Amino acid sequence: MATDFTFPDSAARNAAGEAEPEKMSLSMGPSHPSTHGVLRLQMELDGEIVTKADPVVGYLHRGDEKIAENMTYNQFVPYTDRLDYLAPLANNMAYAIAVERLAKLEVPPRCQAIRVITAELARISSHLMGLGAYAIDVGAWTVFLYTFGEREKLYRLFEELTGARFTTSYTRIGGLARDVPDGWLKHVAQFCEQFPPILEESMKLLTRNKIFMDRTVGIGVISSEDAIAYGLTGPNARGSGVPLDLRRDRPYSGYEQYEFDVPVATGGDCYDRYLVRGEEMRQAVRIIRQAVAKFPDGPWFAADAKRIFAPPKDKVLTSMEELIQNFMLVTEGPQMPAGEVYFEAENPKGVLGFYIVSKGGGVPWRLKIRSPSFCNLSILPKVCVGALLADIVAILGSFDFVMGECDR
Amino acid sequence: MPSDDNPRSESAATAFKARFPQAVDRPSLDHPAVDIPAADVPALLKFLKEESGFDMLADLTAVDWAAGASPRFTVVYHLYSTARHDYIRLAAGCPDDSAPVMPSVTSLWPGANWHEREVFDMFGIRFEGHPDLRRILMWEGYPYHPLRKEFPLAGIETPLPDLEVAAETGAGLKPAPMMGGPFVASTGQINLTEAEPGAKDESWTERHEKPKP
Amino acid sequence: MVSANTDLTYNSKIEGDVIVSRADAVINWIRTNSMWPMPMGLACCAIELMAVAASRFDIARFGAEVMRFSPRQSDVMIVSGTVTYKMATAVRRIYDQMAAPKWVIAMGACASTGGMYRSYAVLQGVDRILPVDVYVSGCPPRPEALLDAVIRLQEKVKREPSARRLFSA
Repeated sequence: MATDFTFPDSAARNAAGEAEPEKMSLSMGPSHPSTHGVLRLQMELDGEIVTKADPVVGYLHRGDEKIAENMTYNQFVPYTDRLDYLAPLANNMAYAIAVERLAKLEVPPRCQAIRVITAELARISSHLMGLGAYAIDVGAWTVFLYTFGEREKLYRLFEELTGARFTTSYTRIGGLARDVPDGWLKHVAQFCEQFPPILEESMKLLTRNKIFMDRTVGIGVISSEDAIAYGLTGPNARGSGVPLDLRRDRPYSGYEQYEFDVPVATGGDCYDRYLVRGEEMRQAVRIIRQAVAKFPDGPWFAADAKRIFAPPKDKVLTSMEELIQNFMLVTEGPQMPAGEVYFEAENPKGVLGFYIVSKGGGVPWRLKIRSPSFCNLSILPKVCVGALLADIVAILGSFDFVMGECDR
Repeated sequence: MPSDDNPRSESAATAFKARFPQAVDRPSLDHPAVDIPAADVPALLKFLKEESGFDMLADLTAVDWAAGASPRFTVVYHLYSTARHDYIRLAAGCPDDSAPVMPSVTSLWPGANWHEREVFDMFGIRFEGHPDLRRILMWEGYPYHPLRKEFPLAGIETPLPDLEVAAETGAGLKPAPMMGGPFVASTGQINLTEAEPGAKDESWTERHEKPKP
Repeated sequence: MVSANTDLTYNSKIEGDVIVSRADAVINWIRTNSMWPMPMGLACCAIELMAVAASRFDIARFGAEVMRFSPRQSDVMIVSGTVTYKMATAVRRIYDQMAAPKWVIAMGACASTGGMYRSYAVLQGVDRILPVDVYVSGCPPRPEALLDAVIRLQEKVKREPSARRLFSA
């Protein structure tokens, strides 16, 4: 809006009496191809160099936290899909585990294995998108098409499992929506076979590419102290030398059984973050292979969770007790005890945290979503200063944030 | 399941409570949690950051306990230790229920800047010492604080932020047509008759306007 | 020597490379086959919009792969994603900056009616601020559904009285 800008003062003089260079106000976004969604960056430029950057977020604020206070725990699952809409299965899992912590409910190993496989597939999907969008911002159309081709294969896997390409709403409190269909694990294994060569090919187009390196090496450097001070997490923090990964440090959902490396880079520039994401995709394939090999049999939902997880449909349609149980679950929601929990999961974009305050019953009193993209973007006013305008695009792409998550 | 009652995190929290008697135990289902007075928030958090190794601010948020409770607003901090990999939760009630204020921790963690702006935007809690306290998710000039319990989910009618566009389209911020929904039982009630999937407010639908109070 | 004209179709030897047609047909044909979208990609539907532009679903078959984010160069605004009140003003401004003729596709449930977000911050349907030509349901709509919407829009445009509008005062 026109009233937001303060126009430069042409009568300004600095201490030595010289005319201050006239600075230009530039507003980038909210509708911009490189802002990865609806982010608005109000910048002050001195020629091509940015002297001040003020991100304006909130253009996608949909009121998720207020909606959560009016929905039962299971009714809120579709809203969690649309937080980080590039990896919905990971959000579903983080939310389900947070609510299960409230009830101190343990899900069986098969359910945990399915959740891990879907979360890692979502991680690959999210990083492919990040890579593709980053490449297209920096000028490489081809990489975008290659990565989207792979994402289409992932979508086919998700669709076979959940029914939707993305926005899956797959987890329920105490388990999942349905078990894996026959043959799905074989398809996952086939995907893992054919994916690494294509990933190598896509990354080979960029990793030693002189233009890409010129645009990303040494740009947007974040020190590890800054990363911790601003609450950066995920590949952004690991790219700056902060070796945090909740899957390894505080394992959840059976991650302790799998062997994987956590890539950490020391430079803290855009190129390092890109490399970290590439390596994470390879590690994700490694985890999926192990999970598919060790895939346990057994139930896929928590036993003895009468007021939390819906009984099987065939029982509901034939037996009175299960019918009433189902009815109460649908109308009143999974009954949770009173108390507070805070659970953080290692999502592709960073650490996604859910803080739930419950006063008992099926509807939370307060649900706070600690969003990784919100915290990652808070460092922008510091990182953008001193960068060239063209570098801003590279910096934004390397952060790989998503506004659905940032604004909720 | 990671051990939330792992001895190292328990010892850090116990040492903290022993050192600061004003930190009272807060019931929690997972991590060690304490209630602290609002005035001591910067000092105690500084101690935790520098002496106890909780170097990362994981989350800063607030809870509105609805009008009638006192303190009505509680600001909740979650701190994470990158070395020990554990959390601690601190809750501080805002002293004033109608104009809540809390000291800011932006001097300790620059990342708290945006979290506190969001809490101000959603709850109206002012943070003393914050360098730039303005709304972040809603636009400047939005008159309400949406996450307060008395604010309806559907919203309250307000003019659009851009007057030109509002005049051109004739649109304004109108309350969402809830049709009497959302269709869910109230918090904490386990009464079968009241749990029927009926609308929360059956006095209006999209065809029949809500009767003005 | 006069012979009956038994040709049923256009014969360049007779017509001499001159096609006679209605102005509407020609103008609409040109417009429908090169409709450049202005992607108002706001949320999750934008990812499906990108999937439509990618190789599997390929919107380039319809002449619409030129997704310039510049309103001056686009014909159809595809509103994909939730429109919040904060963003609504920007959407309307960009729509105003588009040059006529312009159309709008409201992609997805959030753009059509506000979707599942019945809350204080979400505009309940982008048709409260813009005239919408085609609504696409789905959350998000499958790429095939969006392509179906593009085809419906093409059919709608083919029926428009463009010549009258173009040549009238």
